[in-house]
Amino acid sequence: MNRREAIGRVGLILGGTIIGAEFFISGCKSTSKKVNELFDQDNVALFNEIGETILPATSTPGAKAANVGAFMALMVQDCYKPEDQKVFVKGISDLDEASKKKLGKKFMEADAKQRTELLTELDAEQKEYTKNKKAEDPNHYFRMMKELTLLGFFTSEVGATKALRYIAVPGRYDGNVPYKKGDKAWAT
Amino acid sequence: MSANTYDAIVVGSGISGGWAAKELTEKGLKTIMLERGRNIEHVKDYVNANKAPWEFPHRGGRTQKMIEDYPVLKRDYPLNETNLDYWASDKDSPYTEIKRFDWFRGYHVGGRSLMWGRQSYRWADVDFEANLKDGIAVDWPIRYADVAPWYSYAEKFAGISGNRDGLPILPDGDFMPPMEMNVVEKDVSKRLKEYYKEARHMIIGRTANITVPHNNRTNCQYRNKCWLGCPFGAYFSTQSATLPAAMATGNLTVRPWSIVTKILYDKDTKKAKGVEILDAETNQTYEYFAKVVFLNASTFNSTWIMMNSATDIWPDGLGSSSGELGHNVMDHHLNVGASGRIEGYEDKYYFGRRANGFYIPRYRNLNGEKRDYIRGFGYQGAASREGWSRDIAEMNIGGGFKDALTEPGSWQLGMGGFGETLPYHENKITLDKTKKDKWGLPVLAFDAELKENELKMRIEIEKDAKEMLEAMGAKDVKSHSDNPFLGRGIHEMGTARMGRDPKTSVLNKWNQVWDAKNVFVTDGSFMTSAACQNPSLTYMAMTARAANYAVDALKKKEI
Repeated sequence: MNRREAIGRVGLILGGTIIGAEFFISGCKSTSKKVNELFDQDNVALFNEIGETILPATSTPGAKAANVGAFMALMVQDCYKPEDQKVFVKGISDLDEASKKKLGKKFMEADAKQRTELLTELDAEQKEYTKNKKAEDPNHYFRMMKELTLLGFFTSEVGATKALRYIAVPGRYDGNVPYKKGDKAWAT
Repeated sequence: MSANTYDAIVVGSGISGGWAAKELTEKGLKTIMLERGRNIEHVKDYVNANKAPWEFPHRGGRTQKMIEDYPVLKRDYPLNETNLDYWASDKDSPYTEIKRFDWFRGYHVGGRSLMWGRQSYRWADVDFEANLKDGIAVDWPIRYADVAPWYSYAEKFAGISGNRDGLPILPDGDFMPPMEMNVVEKDVSKRLKEYYKEARHMIIGRTANITVPHNNRTNCQYRNKCWLGCPFGAYFSTQSATLPAAMATGNLTVRPWSIVTKILYDKDTKKAKGVEILDAETNQTYEYFAKVVFLNASTFNSTWIMMNSATDIWPDGLGSSSGELGHNVMDHHLNVGASGRIEGYEDKYYFGRRANGFYIPRYRNLNGEKRDYIRGFGYQGAASREGWSRDIAEMNIGGGFKDALTEPGSWQLGMGGFGETLPYHENKITLDKTKKDKWGLPVLAFDAELKENELKMRIEIEKDAKEMLEAMGAKDVKSHSDNPFLGRGIHEMGTARMGRDPKTSVLNKWNQVWDAKNVFVTDGSFMTSAACQNPSLTYMAMTARAANYAVDALKKKEI
């Protein structure tokens, strides 16, 4: 890939240019140990379960094995604009609201099948919302959670080396190698 | 020889400064290279070069803190977590934008030779003749034949890999074996050639990555991590190539943290006697003396030094007698192109990460064609299979979704144009004495923009890219045209142009300042026009040519 064309996927995912970060108080009232200004360990555990529902262990490890929960907490804290941080933090309770409405219980209390059903609906909701949203409208919290899950997993050591293929020093280039269905994609 | 006296002073240590130091020291001149920033030692100081992608906490992205700290760099891809230390601080070194100018700088030993894109193309006669034929700006005082042997000289030492394509618009050079186009690029290249009846070509990029071992440097290992610094020395940089050669002579002294503030001009001899520097760490002022001075501080910074020099004789600085110092700011305009999906080839993939792509050389306004703009553009691009970040229709979440993303997607081919910018007298930089940098020095003010010719060309770059992709059978072709601003090409050129007449140019045909014959300017400042090829190879060749001339002139006591 040419450097001019390689303008980061990460940049696209995280969305645009941003003004200075300001801290704000999260709505989190838990006594669980803080991992940063915005999140605590209970949040990280929740993010890992959300991640695992989006990218579960199959014949290869899933998002939890890559600890995408900790990655999400770090990225939202360090890289998100304040307005996106607010949406994301509120998304934690929004998710439980949606869960209670659909399943009659919180996300963490639901089983894997129920979680999948719920997040499938939320993903359809965010796709529809994102398609129609104006530039100045806030982002959808579940879109953020899904994007961070994908980014966090596929760029992690587990994701890049177990779910995908990564060779640190290829040593040569071959522009025409056979590919058969099931062969893994290159991580980078 | 007193402690601060040398035969030659080289200001700057990037691509052209490294070449100046190599050539002058190899010809026996005791030389000091003055670099405004810190030292970066080859391999040892490439601190991120061997990290895996997951070792970057934000996976290479940008934090809010970085965005706040780098108000200019954030405007494009250079602001990233992986090589942040190689980019100059926007806060320490601010500048004034009368009009927006995206200036991405590298202030350290090696300069932007560490982060450059490495694409290396010769110019052709059509480029050197363009100003004369179009009747704009001034004529180049040289032609292709003057530079051709120096292109060869530069290519052989730097190590440029490329194919001998036999295209008059893009003369072949002394290349190492080319990198390979992948299976899709090869087929598209063939189709393009047939469809346009050999009037357009898609060739493998010619790049300063070595494909065979060369001068104690290991050939490219296809990691595609060049801009972190290469532990194999596989791409040309000051550190990998010119600096070791210069050091091996025993004639080079490198002084980091040395901001050259002015050339010391002797009005009796009409020559420079040396330079004054500000030590960037201690804020102390020192003087260095030499018989010859090479300015390689990067395009606008070399001009800045001249603007601050000999102001008692010329209020606007050394080289300003022509009225052209600081004028004719150029760059290549980009961020316009197209991409699309190539059907088929599902049973094909590639191995290795090729730090190179394809190149479509200029084909417009040649052989009598006349568009509604003058000059031309080339495209750079690549074909590759989509990865995990692609959208998978009808799949939301879950195991099937994940497993699908672990396989490569369809082939995509994308390309972006690099367009020539004309030298407009009114596109200029000036000193802004009301604003100071971290060291209390006046900053540059930019007053330059793309004009009608470039904007018309951009329309065609976008249209042609889309048309070509569609003609090659690409589906879902999407074109884009964004950010029509100067600077983003990171190919700054002009502001101390060469010419035939001291009344209309700053430098003569040997890169000598007309008003101080022992001062040579061989970075992008000297460019009289911009062509559309990546310029660094031309700086290398012209620096070697000028250094050779300077040493001869010293021997003959002409300077």
